[in-house]
Amino acid sequence: MNRIDVRFKQLREQGRKALIPYVTAGYPGPDSTVAVLHAAVESGADLIEVGMPFSDVMADGPVIQEACARSLEQGTGLEQVLAMVAEFRRGDADTPVILMGYANPIERRGVARFCEEAAAAGVDGLLIVDCPADEAEEMRSQLARHDLHQIFLVAPTTTDARLKRAAELAGGFLYYVSIKGVTGGANLDTASLAPAVERVRAAAGVPVAVGFGIRTPEHAAAAAESADAVIIGSALVERLGKADSAAAAVAAARDYLAPIRRAMDNTASPQSDVVTA
Amino acid sequence: MAELAEKTQISGQLPDAGGHFGVFGGRFVSETLMAALEELEAAWRHYVNDESFMAEFDADLAHFVGRPSPLYFARNLTEKAGGAKIVLKREDLNHTGAHKINNTVGQGLLAKAMGKKRLIAETGAGQHGVASATIAARLGLPCVVYMGSEDVKRQSVNVFRMKLLGAEVVSVDAGSKTLKDALNEAMRDWVTNVDDTFYILGTVAGPHPYPAMVRDFNAVVGREARVQMVDEYGRLPDALVACVGGGSNAIGLFHPFIDDRDVAIYGVEAAGRGLHGQEHAASLCAGRVGVLHGSRTYLLDDEAGQIIDTHSVSAGLDYPGVGPEHAWLKDSGRAEYVGIDDEEAMAAFHDLTRLEGIMPALESAHAIAYGMKLASQMDSDRIILVNLSGRGDKDINTVAELEGITL
Repeated sequence: MNRIDVRFKQLREQGRKALIPYVTAGYPGPDSTVAVLHAAVESGADLIEVGMPFSDVMADGPVIQEACARSLEQGTGLEQVLAMVAEFRRGDADTPVILMGYANPIERRGVARFCEEAAAAGVDGLLIVDCPADEAEEMRSQLARHDLHQIFLVAPTTTDARLKRAAELAGGFLYYVSIKGVTGGANLDTASLAPAVERVRAAAGVPVAVGFGIRTPEHAAAAAESADAVIIGSALVERLGKADSAAAAVAAARDYLAPIRRAMDNTASPQSDVVTA
Repeated sequence: MAELAEKTQISGQLPDAGGHFGVFGGRFVSETLMAALEELEAAWRHYVNDESFMAEFDADLAHFVGRPSPLYFARNLTEKAGGAKIVLKREDLNHTGAHKINNTVGQGLLAKAMGKKRLIAETGAGQHGVASATIAARLGLPCVVYMGSEDVKRQSVNVFRMKLLGAEVVSVDAGSKTLKDALNEAMRDWVTNVDDTFYILGTVAGPHPYPAMVRDFNAVVGREARVQMVDEYGRLPDALVACVGGGSNAIGLFHPFIDDRDVAIYGVEAAGRGLHGQEHAASLCAGRVGVLHGSRTYLLDDEAGQIIDTHSVSAGLDYPGVGPEHAWLKDSGRAEYVGIDDEEAMAAFHDLTRLEGIMPALESAHAIAYGMKLASQMDSDRIILVNLSGRGDKDINTVAELEGITL
């Protein structure tokens, strides 16, 4: 069984909501990522999302764009990302890891080769931002071969027809983009979140995670009231970017994530009854 | 003969419903953009079949843009090249100085018909930015133009023109600070302001429906040229030549000739400082197939799949991807793509200026340079039709700087 499914099953039994931090691999430095991932888990992360740097991150805002650029300057390629996941996996056998990135570097390495390597490194799911279900035939069959889930985004603007299709193909969970915009956007409207998540949940046979624009413990708590998982990226990456050493990055991750975890646990209602794939 | 000129229905009917030209094209974007692209596609399909919309478009092309643009026999240039006749399609005479206005008028009218309240655009050389700012001014809509900070520096005249037209020019400092980064930034704006904003993409790249829509708005170039060739020369040309960055002027000329198998088609990419190194922008000549800016196409990337910085003396060709239909024309063998380097383009710039009294855009100078090369290899009874896609006024600072002259 895929670790993502195991984890959501456990969370449901415990009545907890998942906290999913996103970290750009190799940022702020190549030596910080694995330590930050472990610190995130110790601070209450249930799943981990690791960003694969790309030169043209069209769906990301300035924070992740800058993180990718700086990571690339320090030589972070897919090989390095996978090595980081493998190293993390040696210290943590259970926390699911999802890789998030763009299609071109994966195609250049070869979809089949990359999926095989990702599975061997201990990756559990893949979110390719610019590879929607319509274009994902090869990706899908290779992922299935290695029991990797393909995570799909669903947006406020997603039509019913596309939502249905995403729900059919989704593995692991559906990622609901909580704002119109790019990652790290500042226009989150927590009041409109609950009905939007309900709409996605009604179609989805998998848990629903909410991300894009969640920055504060209050945002996270509000999102956790309706969603099964809360994803935090830009706000964390922004703090990591101010760290001048791996130790400082670890401290920044702890300081930022712990209050978010507490806020989610204090307000979250028991996880809704969803069928995990 | 009239039949020959009017034959503009293209067989093949590409792209398919998903926006694919063979294996190329498609819609490789984040889900956050899908609804906007579907809305745009539906509106475009509706209005191109709407008689009053198309009548307004045609009227604007005639009275606002100044179409049809003439064909011009470049007698002196032909003499210098020594071979086939070189005929120029004078897109440089359009309002705002390039072919870009054809597309922006089309998309501007579409934005108005869709009830959008705000226009955004990306620009490289600034021609598309100026053309977008122009239609925005006329339609009374606010316009934001994204432009790489490197291009802002080398195209200061066009930046000022856009500002005079009332547009806001946003200088983009990310990545290589050129066209690709401006396009990323425009996409980010669009996805954030998707309800009221229309993104006027300036080339035949990007996700479906842009490659097909921009082509169709620009195909007036090739349709006119067919009729003019038959009227003035009694036949179709033997070869078409156009420069290719993203590829909109080229596809506009090529498309109505695709089924004319006797007409050879040449796309001219920027070979910059030479195709052997990395300092060029020739994705079809020297690139590989990958995914960039929403479509599968030829692009320039490194071993890790990261998009690389390109170089060309002309900002409008300085782009690491290319429209997917060009990728398809290359692989199907229907068109041939060649490179012209900075020096050859500069020489052609001076040749056309001094011999014909026509100052070409540095982009178009690439096509002129290859047209002369090709002409020299062909008999004098042959005709080469070169798309003079834009005029060179915007480039005088670049030319002066290259030649060590302070204005």
